Amino acid sequence: MLADPGVVQALLAGVIVAALCGFVGVFVVMRRQSFAGHAITDVGFTGGAGAPLAGLDPLAGLLAFSVIGSIVMARLGDKIRERDVATGVVLTASLGLGALFLFIQTRYVSQPAALLFGSIFAIRSGVLLTTMVVGAACVIALAILYRPLIFSTVNPETAAARGVPVKFISTAFLLIMGVAVAEAAQLVGVLLTTALLIGPASAAITFSRRVPWAILFAVIFGAVQMTLSIFLAYASYTWPPGGKGWPVSFFLGVLALGTFVIARFFSAGDSRRSESNEA
Amino acid sequence: MVKVLDRPVRRGSKLIGYVSQRTVVDPELPLRGRDFVGFGLDGEKWGFSLPSKQRAAQVTEALRAVGALAYADAPVGKLSGGEQQRLFIAQALLSDPKIVLLDEPLSNLDIASASEIVKVVDGLRRSHGVTVLFVTHDINPLIEVMDRVIYLAAGRAAVGPVDQVVREEVLSKLYGYHVDVIRVGDRVVVLTP
Repeated sequence: MLADPGVVQALLAGVIVAALCGFVGVFVVMRRQSFAGHAITDVGFTGGAGAPLAGLDPLAGLLAFSVIGSIVMARLGDKIRERDVATGVVLTASLGLGALFLFIQTRYVSQPAALLFGSIFAIRSGVLLTTMVVGAACVIALAILYRPLIFSTVNPETAAARGVPVKFISTAFLLIMGVAVAEAAQLVGVLLTTALLIGPASAAITFSRRVPWAILFAVIFGAVQMTLSIFLAYASYTWPPGGKGWPVSFFLGVLALGTFVIARFFSAGDSRRSESNEA
Repeated sequence: MVKVLDRPVRRGSKLIGYVSQRTVVDPELPLRGRDFVGFGLDGEKWGFSLPSKQRAAQVTEALRAVGALAYADAPVGKLSGGEQQRLFIAQALLSDPKIVLLDEPLSNLDIASASEIVKVVDGLRRSHGVTVLFVTHDINPLIEVMDRVIYLAAGRAAVGPVDQVVREEVLSKLYGYHVDVIRVGDRVVVLTP
């Protein structure tokens, strides 16, 4: 199967994107922005669905709307409660627009389907390189934001008192997240991007005591889940109903849930042990 | 122009330590007490901190000063309110401040933890030579350790040394109704109706 250049490309791009989402996801989970993470992919879908109407590439529309959506969300709401409302408002407005775009351009229906479920085995030339460059840019940006980002996540008031530009950091982070999920969405589709963003990170966080360890585990989980999903999707060509492989997204979703449940189970056992030690 | 410590006021001074009103820390936060306290040293700097012996020693020293060494490596979110409060104070100490602002550090603490925190803060202001501005709703745990009181009630204020402000006639006038100040041994207790 590795002789198939499509599979090799899928593996390379998939692992890069999964590792990036694991990295970003640790901060998303720590900042309780899972809802915003999912919403941004849906906003991106509207961009992807609308781009052909303007004669543009759906992927360009996806990226543009993800970025604009994340800035709008950051500007609208600050506190967690406001933030969820702001996210919900942007999300519904955008999905309504997406529905209209789909209604108008019935002749492009096949493209929105690819947007929803991804097309990892049919990566166009150039996408792999873009994924690498964009992924590296996101990692560098996160490395620069790293310490004040965690500080303002844990303790925003004290961070602000120490001169951390909390609002700027929050906007910059949503922007990085928007770019990362747009990268993921073009491979695995907008519906399952959240599985990559939240799944590995939340599993890693349940048993990590330090942020660097949580990031390392999230990156490993993401990469392993992606690799397994691609192998399983490839193998599934011979499974019923036959003649057609099962979607990679399906395996990603199931593996994300599985990893999370196993991590929970282990961390629950761990905390019971430490409690009985204290007693 | 308003000046603090002979400098014009600006955002983010290291000379002022700040402990915000207690915020809830996520129990699953992947952060040890030690990492949390470390933000007091360089939390505002871009990038990430590489392991350094000097940095670790400074953090350990701050943890020792507030008596939090025993749980320095436990996840912050799993600690009790009083334990977390000590970490917050250690964090505020690390920038070597001249003034420390504590916003309601005793709220949500049981009586024992509250008096422990008061002892820690009182010890620190003497050992580190810092001015402490301590906001509280309940003056009683603090009466023996305060130099000056700014007593705010009913939109008015009484300012001065403890023995001039914590008096029946002063506080009753401030509140607009009768307040008892009772002496039990060498302790003073304010009783509001």
